[in-house]
Amino acid sequence: MSARAKIIALHGGLLVLLFVLQFILPAYHHGNLARIMVLASYAVGYNILFGYTGLLSLGHALFFAAGMYGMGLGIQHLGLTVAPAMLAGVIAGAVVSGALALLALRTAGVAFMIVTLMFAQAGYLTVLYFGEYTRGDEGFVIQQAQRMLWGIDLSDPTNRYFAALMLFALCLIVSLWLVRHPFGKTLIAIRENEERVRMLGYNIYTHKLIAMVVSGTISATAGAAYGLLFGYAGASFASVQYSIFPLLWVLLGGAGTVLGPFIGTLFMFYLIDLSSGITTAYMLIAGVVLVLLTLFAPQGLAGELRNRIWRWLP
Amino acid sequence: MTILSTQELSRHFDGLQAVRNVSLGIPAGQVRALIGPNGAGKTTLVGMISGRIPPSSGRVHFDGADITALPAHVRIRRGMAYTFQITSVFERLPAQENVTLAARRHLKAPEVDSATLEALERVGLLELRDQEAGDLAYGHQRLLEIAMGLVQRPRLLILDEPTQGLTDSEIAGFKKLVRELAGKTTILLIEHNMNVVMEVADQVTVLNFGEVLAEGTPDDIRADRAVQAAYLGTG
Amino acid sequence: MELGPYLILASLEGAVTAAVLALTAVGLSLVFGVMRVVNIAHGEFFMLGAVIAWWVAHITGGHPAIGFALALIVAPVLVGVIAVAADMTILKRLDYDPERTIVATIGLLYIIQQLTLMTYGPEARPVEAPFNTRLAIPWFKNGEDGWQMIWPWGLGTTSYKLAVIGAAVTVLLGVWALMKRTRIGLVMRATQADREMALAFGIPVERVYAMVFGLGAALAALAAVLIVPIQQAHYLMGGDPLLLSFIVVIIGGLGSLPGTVLAAVLIGLSDGIISVFFSPTLAKILATLLVGLVLVFRPQGLLGKRGV
Repeated sequence: MSARAKIIALHGGLLVLLFVLQFILPAYHHGNLARIMVLASYAVGYNILFGYTGLLSLGHALFFAAGMYGMGLGIQHLGLTVAPAMLAGVIAGAVVSGALALLALRTAGVAFMIVTLMFAQAGYLTVLYFGEYTRGDEGFVIQQAQRMLWGIDLSDPTNRYFAALMLFALCLIVSLWLVRHPFGKTLIAIRENEERVRMLGYNIYTHKLIAMVVSGTISATAGAAYGLLFGYAGASFASVQYSIFPLLWVLLGGAGTVLGPFIGTLFMFYLIDLSSGITTAYMLIAGVVLVLLTLFAPQGLAGELRNRIWRWLP
Repeated sequence: MTILSTQELSRHFDGLQAVRNVSLGIPAGQVRALIGPNGAGKTTLVGMISGRIPPSSGRVHFDGADITALPAHVRIRRGMAYTFQITSVFERLPAQENVTLAARRHLKAPEVDSATLEALERVGLLELRDQEAGDLAYGHQRLLEIAMGLVQRPRLLILDEPTQGLTDSEIAGFKKLVRELAGKTTILLIEHNMNVVMEVADQVTVLNFGEVLAEGTPDDIRADRAVQAAYLGTG
Repeated sequence: MELGPYLILASLEGAVTAAVLALTAVGLSLVFGVMRVVNIAHGEFFMLGAVIAWWVAHITGGHPAIGFALALIVAPVLVGVIAVAADMTILKRLDYDPERTIVATIGLLYIIQQLTLMTYGPEARPVEAPFNTRLAIPWFKNGEDGWQMIWPWGLGTTSYKLAVIGAAVTVLLGVWALMKRTRIGLVMRATQADREMALAFGIPVERVYAMVFGLGAALAALAAVLIVPIQQAHYLMGGDPLLLSFIVVIIGGLGSLPGTVLAAVLIGLSDGIISVFFSPTLAKILATLLVGLVLVFRPQGLLGKRGV
């Protein structure tokens, strides 16, 4: 089989499997998997900037929250219906990530990490500050009646699962297409050796800018979908923790692999799910996994798989 | 017609004068060698020409336009190609992808693949195209750098010590390559290997302490007493 | 209260904040300066200092001064040892790669914070100050009978707060002397200036790094012990000192100790005054934006001169 055929078989196979699972899974895991697919879409967005372009952002919660609040506030205060509200969330994410990119890309390395962290923190505090509209930490519920898209009730578990799968499939395909497209290959080259790419005649700044906007917009789409499908928007989704999560998922699953974000989100979700039955301090698991990964498996699960068996894995 | 010229180009780092008032003019199609002892300012000079290092004063003209204020990537797109002195390939990407990346910025999409293979063939790396660049032998990585320069079909090819670390047979191949390009592509060659300089260069510029010490044909330079004293150490 | 007495009060409170902040930030700055490591877990070392101080005071009993004095020694030493262990088991293995160490210290942050939650619990607990005499401050007022000395209600401080300021100044002078006047300081500065060169001269760079990381954490812990009689020990208390230390270190110029102290004094003093005009959340928004913008437009810091 050619590499191309293998890639299509593997990624298509995953989507088919996810489709079939919805008829088999018990209700609890069915709901979990819907959540995981939306969060994995967020991780796919993060991976485009971190895994493929080599820029480590500590502020993606800003984009996730921009999507969530762009959608949620649109429904809550402007009386938008689902489709325009989703669009508002996506646009909010594109604008916010574009604005942050213009500032943060003037820096590099550690400074880039701190700058993204600081602006995201300012975003989180802004959500708290305008508590009158956002209801701060407490958040607000998006009612079932407000979650109807073209007559389909998105709060119904089956519809919700299907919507989550559509979103994830879209993100996966965009990501796969991007990294096999010349533009994506240039991003990978920038990650590997930025100065060399510049001296081949590429404009590094524009490439990174586009990568950051694409990454931020996908993250925002996931944020908007999360709020819509699970009917809730709250400030905790804008907090530092939600910037650390996609980093953790992508590191665990394998940075710079198309499947890595999904694998990492799946594992981490169930790890935390299992441990939260034992202790309230479930973030301990996240901390331990982060340290162990940086120490022993910086390539993550899919990265190790690629190094050892499937050299063709994109 | 002069394709590249510099006027009174200077650069100092914290008071250290690396390059002082260098004015050059290179006619299209010429192979120009840039020689000089270590620390003479050669890499700084080509850095200013290619846009990696901003000059402290002076101007650079390329192809009839003043490019002093242009960033590096725009100069490259206008037809310069630059190969690094310290090998700088994409180590974790296959050799072919390295060359493709260089080709894509300059050629139309349908041409990229054939041009890539042709460039790899010219430097003798066609067989090794699927290997990761980091796994190639050092000499092969140097040749890959050259292929990345060639595939851009540049009007000015800047080669910073291309033969460093090559075997004798690879150097012979390199000389043949430069002779094939001569007349079509302008080449600015920083080179320590005097045999290579004497054989392939049309004109030689000698830098010493950041200034132009002498300029002439290889034979002129060989005979120049000042050059011998300063550089060849045989004066 | 009139504005005059109020400003005095705000400056006094600000001076206490500045003193504690300077200690914490100098620890962060030292680690960044010498090791080029951005320690996101720094605030957790601060928190550990406060929690350990509570443990020590709780176990000791008797006069509060005994437990407090013991905590002043035990907390920094214990936290320093934990930090050295973290350096040797984690940071050293990462070869002090700047980006990977940030990720690892984020992990460390959660590990320390959550382990504290599991053992110490979610409550905020106070530590009694060793001494706490109230000191009223007089104010002069030009009334009907000419200038008069009055004692406005609420204008005053405590002996303990003055002692915190004094202690912080003493420790900072100690750190300064350590860096400038001792062989250890010389070795640290040499390592900061050029790691490769220091290695070539036979300086045990790894031991220096472990020591610096321990010292930085111990300074944060010490600052926490000093503040815990005024605030309370809580497992989430590390966030604010981390943010403020970042602000101070970045505005003061990364890795510059005098810049750090100066910025801490500025930020600490203005903190009290700013909170008069803005809500705390708005003040924090402005502060985080300031840090981001300074890094973008003036990476050498507002007070620094050279680039990093």
